[in-house]
Amino acid sequence: MSDLEAFRQETRQWLEANCPPEMRQPVRDDEDVYWGGRNATFKNDAQKAWFEAARDKGYTVPSWPKEYGGAGLSPAEAKILRQEMSRIGARPPLSSFGIWMLGPALLKFGTEGQKQRFLNEIARGEIRWCQGYSEPGSGSDLVSMQTFGEDKGDHWVVNGQKIWTSYADKADWIFCLVRTDKDNKYQGITFMLFDMASEGVSTKPILLISGNSPFCETFMDDVKVPKSYGEDVPGYVGEINRGWDVAKYLLGHEREMISGMGGGDRTAAIGSAMKRLAGKNGDDLDPVLRSELALFDVDALAFTAMAEKFMDEMKAGKGHPAQPNMMKYVGTELNKRRHELMMSVGGSRSLEWESEETGGGKPSRNWLRTKANSIEGGTSEVMLNVISKRILELPGS
Amino acid sequence: MPLYHDEDQTMLADTATSFMAEEGNIAKQLRHWRDRNCKDGFGHGLWKQMAEMGFTGMLVDEEDGGLGMGHVEAGIVLEEIGRNLTPSPFLTSSVLAATALKHGSSDLKGRYLPGLIEGESVFAVAIDETAKHRPSRITTRAEKSGNGFKLTGSKSFVIQGASADMLVVAARTSGSDEDEDGITLFAVPKDAANMSHDAVRLVDSSMATHTKFDGVELDGDAVIGEVDGGREILNAMLTAGRVGAAAEGVGVARGAMDMTIDYLKQRKQFGKLIGEFQALQHRASHLYSEVEIARAVVIKAQQLLDEGAESAELMSSVAKAKVAKAAGLAVKEGVQMHGGIGMTDEYDIGLYMKRDRALQEFLGDAYFHANRVAELSGY
Repeated sequence: MSDLEAFRQETRQWLEANCPPEMRQPVRDDEDVYWGGRNATFKNDAQKAWFEAARDKGYTVPSWPKEYGGAGLSPAEAKILRQEMSRIGARPPLSSFGIWMLGPALLKFGTEGQKQRFLNEIARGEIRWCQGYSEPGSGSDLVSMQTFGEDKGDHWVVNGQKIWTSYADKADWIFCLVRTDKDNKYQGITFMLFDMASEGVSTKPILLISGNSPFCETFMDDVKVPKSYGEDVPGYVGEINRGWDVAKYLLGHEREMISGMGGGDRTAAIGSAMKRLAGKNGDDLDPVLRSELALFDVDALAFTAMAEKFMDEMKAGKGHPAQPNMMKYVGTELNKRRHELMMSVGGSRSLEWESEETGGGKPSRNWLRTKANSIEGGTSEVMLNVISKRILELPGS
Repeated sequence: MPLYHDEDQTMLADTATSFMAEEGNIAKQLRHWRDRNCKDGFGHGLWKQMAEMGFTGMLVDEEDGGLGMGHVEAGIVLEEIGRNLTPSPFLTSSVLAATALKHGSSDLKGRYLPGLIEGESVFAVAIDETAKHRPSRITTRAEKSGNGFKLTGSKSFVIQGASADMLVVAARTSGSDEDEDGITLFAVPKDAANMSHDAVRLVDSSMATHTKFDGVELDGDAVIGEVDGGREILNAMLTAGRVGAAAEGVGVARGAMDMTIDYLKQRKQFGKLIGEFQALQHRASHLYSEVEIARAVVIKAQQLLDEGAESAELMSSVAKAKVAKAAGLAVKEGVQMHGGIGMTDEYDIGLYMKRDRALQEFLGDAYFHANRVAELSGY
């Protein structure tokens, strides 16, 4: 038996022993997702047991090095773990922006001290992070941001406002882009880290067209951000005034995430499920709607192949660095189309805003939520700009 | 298996790319034969050269004298054929007919495969009977007659039918027109009596025939596989052909797209390079995305087919449909973005549009395959 095959057997046994049956169900609502952090509570014992087992094994962040709380898995082993988890439908034991976004940035740009402290806290689910990028006047044009940190020697005094900060009201710390040099558009931004409980930080949820939202506005009013949290633990990532490099790297990760590569089912084929749903509603699929579903499924299955190819190429260090932009563009446009079709198949039932049958209006709320997919993390138009400049090398205007 | 070419396949791709660009390019092949009104629509010299390169027998098993390669490898050659619009019998002979002959007797293999591998023979496949691809319905009949069969009926749009040394013909030996069972495949030699070809030139300058079988007498050993058991072989042949056509389509799409992107970087209007206009940039970027996705699903389908996976059939239809859409977009945007020059015969972009149209129809268009995706998915 090869090492990998042995690893697969071992993983299968470990999952069998440690992933409770309740944790092998699809995620139905926010409570099914465990985000960790200072004020975290578990929905039930199964969620707690699954999280703790995964944490102790390093499986909250399987491919991070062991000294930072991970399991140190090779890419091939991590793929096997993903496959085995998806085979039994296991939920992620811990979801967090720390894992998806800050972690990769710290692994690349962080000091040893930052890695020891923050990566371990993230891996153990002890800290919940939010991301402070966008501002009311700068969405996709991120570098036009105005939030300013005035240099006071050993600390900055930060003033300004962030918007679309997901779960800011529930987060412990924020990783935040702050302008530290007003004269330099790109090389005047610092990537700061600070506690959301700091004096002067306040948050306000934003209600969206879907009727709910994880998003907040975050206000910073004379917030004191230390330049250091101890020996080799700076209060910023990378270099002062060079935070854009970190942000760009992170945006790449965000785009990969939003393009739905991890789960894949956001863009996968829906035709057969929609036929069952239509049948349940006592109706057949309209032939024209059926053909729309079939054409969607062609695109969705082809995109699934693209996602697989993209992952394979990334692992092998092939492929174009701007390719995540293409994945983000196509993935989010597909997801919008998918929910339009799901609304159509559901018919009037899918219009119900809060009935029990619709799980509190899920079809319409999800449909409305997807409209943000091609706006958040860089609009589709910005993605197309990036493709044309960086991949097709079309001339600038 | 990762979804990109391994080292050997990359080497093959380099070889195929330079060979086809040098020997199979538009001026040397497509325009050359078209402008001479060539009755075959392709050059036998190039076919011979392709044999010397080892392309013709790629999918033929080693024990039968071929290279025993897979659909990923055949797809590499097909993509370059598509990119250069190279007219050749590769898809019909080396992919479709070769797949059918895998199931043939050693006699049949011995009779036909050496010619294919040497680039001496050309094969055609006669499946369709109507203007749209409907392989579920086969009305051409082969009735038992002595030790052999008598073939009656007609086939439409047989690509290179008149130039072929042998035609693989799907005929009904039992049952009614729509039956799944009762199909038999025959290897019909070129000189069979009572077979006639009505040749037509298609929009892409390729030659097809409406072929009539008016009591064509065939020996019993013309049967490929089992009598009444041809549907499975036919399906295998169609799946291989569809994946192959998709690979060629990706080549057409990339050829058209590359020409167009180059043009956006050269052509000036209103005092600017037209590639500076965001309206065109966004369309070009969208086009790039679609073509990339089409490439991905084609290699996925090729690998599944080579692995013998059950999902190869579904993915072959996804690939054929996706490529039809993506390549269709590539040629339409190509002609539009070239403006007036794109409408001229002298400029190549229009040739891509013509070839794409023919490839879209060949073995089922996007609608046929989307419908098949729905059926295979149970809706």
